[in-house]
Amino acid sequence: MNLQQVFMYSVGASLILGFLSLTVLFLTWLERKFLARLQMRMGPMRVGPYGTLQPLADAVKLIFKEDILPSWADRKVYWLAPLAVFVPTFLVWVTIPFARDLVLANLELGLFYVTAVSVLSILGLVMAGWGSANKWAILGGLRAAGQLVSYEIPLIMAILGVAMLTQSLNIIEVVDGQTRVANFIIQPLGFFIFFTAGLAELGRTPFDIHHAESEVVGGPFVEYSGAHWAVFYLAEYINTFTIAILTALLFLGGWRWPDMPLDGLSHSALSVAWLLLKAYLVVILIFWIRGTYPRLRIDQLMAFSWKVLVPLSFANIVLTGVVLYYDWHWSLLTVASLILMAGFFLSLTFYSGTAAERMTVSVHPARPEAISRRKMDL
Amino acid sequence: MAEGYTLNWGIVLITASLGVVAVGTMFLISYLMAPRRFSVIKDIPYECGIEPSPFRWSQIQIRYYVFAILFLIFDVEAVFLFPWVLIYLDSIPAVFYEMLIFIAILFFGVVYGWRKGVLQWR
Repeated sequence: MNLQQVFMYSVGASLILGFLSLTVLFLTWLERKFLARLQMRMGPMRVGPYGTLQPLADAVKLIFKEDILPSWADRKVYWLAPLAVFVPTFLVWVTIPFARDLVLANLELGLFYVTAVSVLSILGLVMAGWGSANKWAILGGLRAAGQLVSYEIPLIMAILGVAMLTQSLNIIEVVDGQTRVANFIIQPLGFFIFFTAGLAELGRTPFDIHHAESEVVGGPFVEYSGAHWAVFYLAEYINTFTIAILTALLFLGGWRWPDMPLDGLSHSALSVAWLLLKAYLVVILIFWIRGTYPRLRIDQLMAFSWKVLVPLSFANIVLTGVVLYYDWHWSLLTVASLILMAGFFLSLTFYSGTAAERMTVSVHPARPEAISRRKMDL
Repeated sequence: MAEGYTLNWGIVLITASLGVVAVGTMFLISYLMAPRRFSVIKDIPYECGIEPSPFRWSQIQIRYYVFAILFLIFDVEAVFLFPWVLIYLDSIPAVFYEMLIFIAILFFGVVYGWRKGVLQWR
């Protein structure tokens, strides 16, 4: 690489970083406003018109706040943990395209890269938990590892299903493959798995057991304050936007579906707007889910991943493979996915445990005597 | 002009170092501007209103490791699946059917673990 290229790509990466920072500022405001309206409150109103300057005030406050280092902490691990969370979440954006020509590096193995890099931030959470030398933090860090690792499998499998449809791991080619019909129509099952597992990867309500305030009082972040905590916060919101934009790109057709008539520069501008609109719709959905559902228990959470999402994601791969291999029409895949999904959830509702346990999916209490009462472990 | 492999990973490297620099700058500003007053009481680990117990790193239950091992199995499977999804339509039928058998064996693993109660969080 020569110096000119280094400079060019540094500028590109800086632009993405600036875009992400602005997005995070906007998202924090949007989330507070949206949740407030759901709960019939006003949300932030004081700083700026309709509270729009609130995120800036928060950012300034966090940077100028005292950064406490607990005396028992493992210093190096404690200080490095925010970095280990932030850098992988930022690295994912190397290969996420905003339009056909608007991408930093159009990696041929883009989807593989995204799955590989995004897992790395689990390490940061475990580091934060370990370094804090606080029992809540350790518990939260390990819960994070257990949860994120479990939901990584369905997420990867859903991404593989998309890659099968277009026979490519390049994100731009995946988007181009959706010109006629978007992937969420072809693969409703894959869309459901990806979105649910993505939500769990974010660690947002209802999947926020690793920093649940009423259980582990903030989890890995309990000892952090000031700028270091701000970096965790930043990474969380970047992750939210990453999952939203990946959902828009992989399943909602990106900038291609439905196809737009214009061409040239106006087409590019319209593409970006269209993609961001879809991404923000997904973001709103994520916030809405946060405002609606209560938190899952940890045994429910793990059971949901391994007993519902993993078998369903296997079925998704096999179904897609068979339909593509025998060259059947794609609508068959839609129908089969919907029937499978409905059948699986109905069977879970009717054949799992007692009436009280049927209220939630595939769950029973974490008491050993309740488990040994039944032969089947469903 | 670098291209292909070198260029792609060069960009990843540049982006990673930019992330480190950005976060480092933030930490530096905070280090220079934020107040810092040491206090023995303030620096003890957080506990809900009582003194923290004297041990630092507590022991962790085995159940977390069981799920880590399960994850390892399926992650390795995903590594095999990634090249397969790109080539199975263009190669001989055996490629397709063999992968179905492979997935079936792994799925049998899930079912076995399920019946054995490994998937149950206790």
